[in-house]
Amino acid sequence: MRIAVCIKRVPDTETKVRIAADGKSLEPSGVSYDLSPYDEYAVEEALRIKDAAGGTPEVVVLSAGVGDAATQIRKALAMGADRGILLKGDLPFSDASSAASALAGALKELGADLCLTGKQAIDDDGLQVPAYLAQALGWTLVSVVTKLELKDGKALAHRQVEGGHEVVEVPLPAVITCQKGLNTPRFASLPNIMKAKKKPLEEKALASAAPRLTVLGLALPPGRKAGRIVGQGPDAAPLLVKALHEEAKVV
Amino acid sequence: MPKILAFVEQRGGVLKRTAGEVLGAARRLADGGGSGEVVAVLIGHDIAATLGAALGPLGADRVRALQHPSLAPYSGEAYARLLAAEAALAKPDLVLFPASAMGKDLAPRVAAVLGVGLASDCTALEAGAGGSGFAATRPVYAGKAQLKVGFAASPAMASLRPNVFTAPSAQPGRSAVVEAVTSDPGALRDAVQSLVLAASAKVDLTEADIVVTGGRGMKGPEHWGLIEGLAAALGAATGASRAVVDAGWRPHAEQVGQTGKTVSPSLYIACGVSGAIQHLAGMSSSRVIVAINKDPDAPIFKVADYGIVGDAFEVLPRLTEEFKKLKG
Ligand SMILES: Cc1cc2nc3c(=O)[nH]c(=O)nc-3n(C[C@H](O)[C@H](O)[C@H](O)COP(=O)(O)OP(=O)(O)OC[C@H]3O[C@@H](n4cnc5c(N)ncnc54)[C@H](O)[C@@H]3O)c2cc1C
Repeated sequence: MRIAVCIKRVPDTETKVRIAADGKSLEPSGVSYDLSPYDEYAVEEALRIKDAAGGTPEVVVLSAGVGDAATQIRKALAMGADRGILLKGDLPFSDASSAASALAGALKELGADLCLTGKQAIDDDGLQVPAYLAQALGWTLVSVVTKLELKDGKALAHRQVEGGHEVVEVPLPAVITCQKGLNTPRFASLPNIMKAKKKPLEEKALASAAPRLTVLGLALPPGRKAGRIVGQGPDAAPLLVKALHEEAKVV
Repeated sequence: MPKILAFVEQRGGVLKRTAGEVLGAARRLADGGGSGEVVAVLIGHDIAATLGAALGPLGADRVRALQHPSLAPYSGEAYARLLAAEAALAKPDLVLFPASAMGKDLAPRVAAVLGVGLASDCTALEAGAGGSGFAATRPVYAGKAQLKVGFAASPAMASLRPNVFTAPSAQPGRSAVVEAVTSDPGALRDAVQSLVLAASAKVDLTEADIVVTGGRGMKGPEHWGLIEGLAAALGAATGASRAVVDAGWRPHAEQVGQTGKTVSPSLYIACGVSGAIQHLAGMSSSRVIVAINKDPDAPIFKVADYGIVGDAFEVLPRLTEEFKKLKG
């Protein structure tokens, strides 16, 4: 069995966003990058499946994008993945089809029974690479999964919806997108970080596809207008209720 | 004269509130481009008669109700297949979805089948530049920036963040032609075996009009009665910060923030929440924000419209009482 995990290098969650001079992109100076948090659940889930199966399944981590994403692949290797594939190239921001077609090409070549990804990448929050990937491969897809069981060539997954979850069964190969709650990602130990440096990481140039979305602009959100402290302690409660009722008219 | 296909969500034969939001946005864009057409697509079992008539007053000109027993539970594969076929038939300029759990699963599948671009979780949509004549604005970097995109080809596709687009009030005089269509989706690989809803009949966070959130300042799960009491007085959903979820006080489904849910209710009340950048990412598009915190320098006050500096344990009971009085 082979499990592929698709991961993405993203600005970390502490990033203070500044807009670059082109008015269309993030000012890159001063930004530090990390593995997208949901992708950590995907890596962890692959490792759990591997561990439960006595270590036989191979876990391959793939990432499409700039060359520096090798750092994030190494992080996944340090967690325990077996090898990495980096598809190097400049991908247009937020255009899922380009990234997905690169990943799909590599996955076809690689062959796998399962592909795990995060439910979304926390930079473009685009929500669609997994669906493009499943479509390009002809695989089944379950998104936003908080529980996963594999049995007899099938995946039984809990998928989060408003107010509860759906229990969905699909045949493998499948693309599964991971949500917080699925597991608790492990920390890489120092010896494993050292070992990861020697694990194979193959680099290939990605074939670019025609983008389907064009970026027209990137801007900071309109600032909220300054608020006010209505008072101190419990005696401020009536003032707050009055303000919400009469001024803001939300209650 | 744009033609717009609007996917209207129903679950268990009940129309979701987002139906009005999606149809309202579709109507506005259709009219803005000069008497365009809005086609609502409903998918399910036995829904044409019960739900079809409600969509005209909300803005639809035509309703396509695709019905089959196997469509009663949601199936991403089936719904995507049928919607892609509808789009191929109607040749719309724009296809709209709600960015609900269902819409977020479905829209990318349809975009992938059609091979077109999709703008997810949009907060604004306008006719304008770009190949397809539409431009969409959507939060990126967890709401720290807004990206405006155009579409390279037609149809343009967008899912709309719930609670952001205002649903126009229903116009009883408007009616739509309802076409009930028997649509056998064929063999399916994804079978939803069951839908398990949380025991409480509480409102879901992402659908709620008012959200009351507790943070680490609430000191422990045994104090959640204060949060729930206030929420009950307001008919609100309850949320939690990540610190609270990580401590195991509340389930992850209640987490608001960058690695939790994104909410944009009309009123968000944060109690004992410091306002970390990752928390703000999930709630800063709320219409009105209230913060209750004992630390006057807590960052949450920077985004709050109204604040009370004080001990939540003293403020919340009093506040709940005052809201009860108001609701009388
Ligand atoms: C990758 C990543 C992702 C993250 N994602 C999220 C996310 O999705 N959502 C999220 O919320 N966080 C997220 N965080 C965590 C975030 O950085 C904060 O740690 C977290 O939001 C803090 O939660 P809190 O405000 O409840 O707790 P604290 O920061 O501990 O704040 C507690 C607040 O309560 C106040 N307080 C204490 N006692 C009282 C009292 N009696 N009455 C009134 N006020 C009181 C204090 O003044 C303080 O402001 C993420 C972090 C990382 C690194």
